[in-house]
Amino acid sequence: MARRAKQNMISDKYKPARPFTKEDFERVKRVIGKKVLFSQGDIAVGYGALLAGCRLFAGYPITPATETAETMSRLLPRVGGVCIQMEDEIASVGAIIGASRCGAKAMTTTSGPGFSLMQENIGYAAMTETPCVIVDVQRSGPSTGQPTEGAQGDIMQAKWGSHGDYELIALSPSTVQECLDLTIEAFNLSETYLVPVILLTDGIIGHMREKVILPEYEDIEISWRKEPSKPKEQFQPFSVDDSKIPETAIFGTGYHTYITGLTHKESGYPSTDNQPDHHQLVERLCDKIRVNKEKIVRVERDFEDPNGEKSIGIVSYGVTSRTVYYVVKALRRERMKIDHLRIITNWPFPEKEVAELSERVDRIIVPELNLGQAYHCVKEATEGRCEVVPIWKTGGEVHTPSEITEVIKGKDT
Amino acid sequence: MFRQARHIREKYLEEKMWPSIFCQACGIGTVLNCSLRAIDKVGLDIDKTVFVSGIGCSSRLPGYIDADGLHTTHGRAIAFATGIKLANPELDVIVFTGDGDLAGIGGNHFIHAARRNVDMTVICINNYNYGMTGAQVSPTTPVGGITMTSPYGNIESPFDLSALAIGAGAPYVARWTVAYPHETMLAIKKGIERKGFSLIEMLTPCPVGYGRRNKLKHGKDHLLWYKKNTIGRSRYEKLSDEEKQKCDKIVIGELRDVEKPEFTAEWGKLVDKVFVE
Repeated sequence: MARRAKQNMISDKYKPARPFTKEDFERVKRVIGKKVLFSQGDIAVGYGALLAGCRLFAGYPITPATETAETMSRLLPRVGGVCIQMEDEIASVGAIIGASRCGAKAMTTTSGPGFSLMQENIGYAAMTETPCVIVDVQRSGPSTGQPTEGAQGDIMQAKWGSHGDYELIALSPSTVQECLDLTIEAFNLSETYLVPVILLTDGIIGHMREKVILPEYEDIEISWRKEPSKPKEQFQPFSVDDSKIPETAIFGTGYHTYITGLTHKESGYPSTDNQPDHHQLVERLCDKIRVNKEKIVRVERDFEDPNGEKSIGIVSYGVTSRTVYYVVKALRRERMKIDHLRIITNWPFPEKEVAELSERVDRIIVPELNLGQAYHCVKEATEGRCEVVPIWKTGGEVHTPSEITEVIKGKDT
Repeated sequence: MFRQARHIREKYLEEKMWPSIFCQACGIGTVLNCSLRAIDKVGLDIDKTVFVSGIGCSSRLPGYIDADGLHTTHGRAIAFATGIKLANPELDVIVFTGDGDLAGIGGNHFIHAARRNVDMTVICINNYNYGMTGAQVSPTTPVGGITMTSPYGNIESPFDLSALAIGAGAPYVARWTVAYPHETMLAIKKGIERKGFSLIEMLTPCPVGYGRRNKLKHGKDHLLWYKKNTIGRSRYEKLSDEEKQKCDKIVIGELRDVEKPEFTAEWGKLVDKVFVE
């Protein structure tokens, strides 16, 4: 016994699954070097991951996501982690799920074609409640499309890409700073709710350079999954309390858990021909996000004083919000009343917040870099209380301010 | 012998999962038996051993073992196993897979893991067909083999899984059949002890799926067929070139046994070199 264990000991420093401490956090900051940087979205994602405790990265090169993999391959060995270039994106998700079951925080990054390949294993992560972070730097599709051009075409795929019913969390950053902040957030959400978390950046933010400030250890929260509170004999890997979130036994800790993508009972063992078992499991997988939705959903509201008069609403997310910020400022200067709702969690979709907006406005404008994806969710949430007007654009360029103001004013005058 | 069987059963098997899903005269149980005996011989710490599998009959094996098990998606077991080994190199990783899982849908992961040489022991149950879905043609079905999707006989050339692994760079490769359980056990033992990627290809009867469509209806016929149609490596190597050309038997035994730098060991050295205190 001892002989094998000894042979497997590699290095005291190479330990991706060890607990993350303040010392590790400070080491990451030393490795990055400066506290204030002028950096790219893709690189900021890598920094955010390291600061959140990510110690295993598995990926496959794809434009416009490769810079994250390059950052991780440069920095991970310096902080005792491991970075591997897998043979494809399917293997990349497989590797991060395997790593996560061993207690290493793990991430992969990709873009549209790779994201399509990943879907089966994303469903596996959802079914087995394995925390992991998948970054999709969206580019113009379908198929190979425009590899170097940004898009927002994977919003629906992020939620519905794998087969069957499941819930996950997807976040959309609008700035390079937010790429860093939301990557930390993605790890925390994934550890808390035991779901794959998708960070939906795009080729524009991914390659754009902006000022980034690294956080202090005291300013951020680092979450970790709930570990077993019972000894092995009494432990059921998928038994839950009111939170609907199970405890996770890490591989190698003696709990002997069996994890399968088959429908399973609380014990983890398969139950493939029992209707109530399946229904109960899948309903819980969805409920753990649905009942905790208020805690998960993040939006940014910029609403005017109601003052009796109705405003014009704009709902945006991700890179598109940058144009909308400009438009809102410009139109307010012209004394128009504009309510802006920026969505940060695309999934679960903030229906309540959109419904609230729909009470205040006659029209909601939804600019997107696709041919209508979040538009459908907005329309559903408004339940006919107001008109919903999409502004669709594809091909890798963001909306110009005039493309949005023309739609807003065109109807007014 | 009886005592030992009981010892293995009580120490390693997960009672709650029995009876197994396997058909009568299936060879997978023998592979499990040999694997557990090998694990016992090596003296692996079962708390630090993870069993990984993909999809198919063979891939149900981790469920029958009282240890950490990851039953993954079809063909991807080796990719998941790579993540496990890299995340915690102290763990021993054993992958159970089948011919369809390993060489069909998972072929790419298989050759890359062999090339990359991440420490894991891959035990492939090669039964010449996709058994769980009802006997369809697989990448190892012999030419002429009758299956549900090759009803007139298979016209495609099969993969030689061991040769494929050797070609891809695997340092330890052995092929046995369940007709030789003791040798199988020794090969698995050696595979586990080897620091690096090892493949143990097991020619295994599937009388209900492949056998009964190919005049091997009974498990016994199947075992005899393997005995008759295989030749040990040392005997094969003594044949003259001409005899080798004529020999249509499957070569079994240890087919490759070399030392090569292993991924996690090399990564450990790299970390030691660049780590920031």
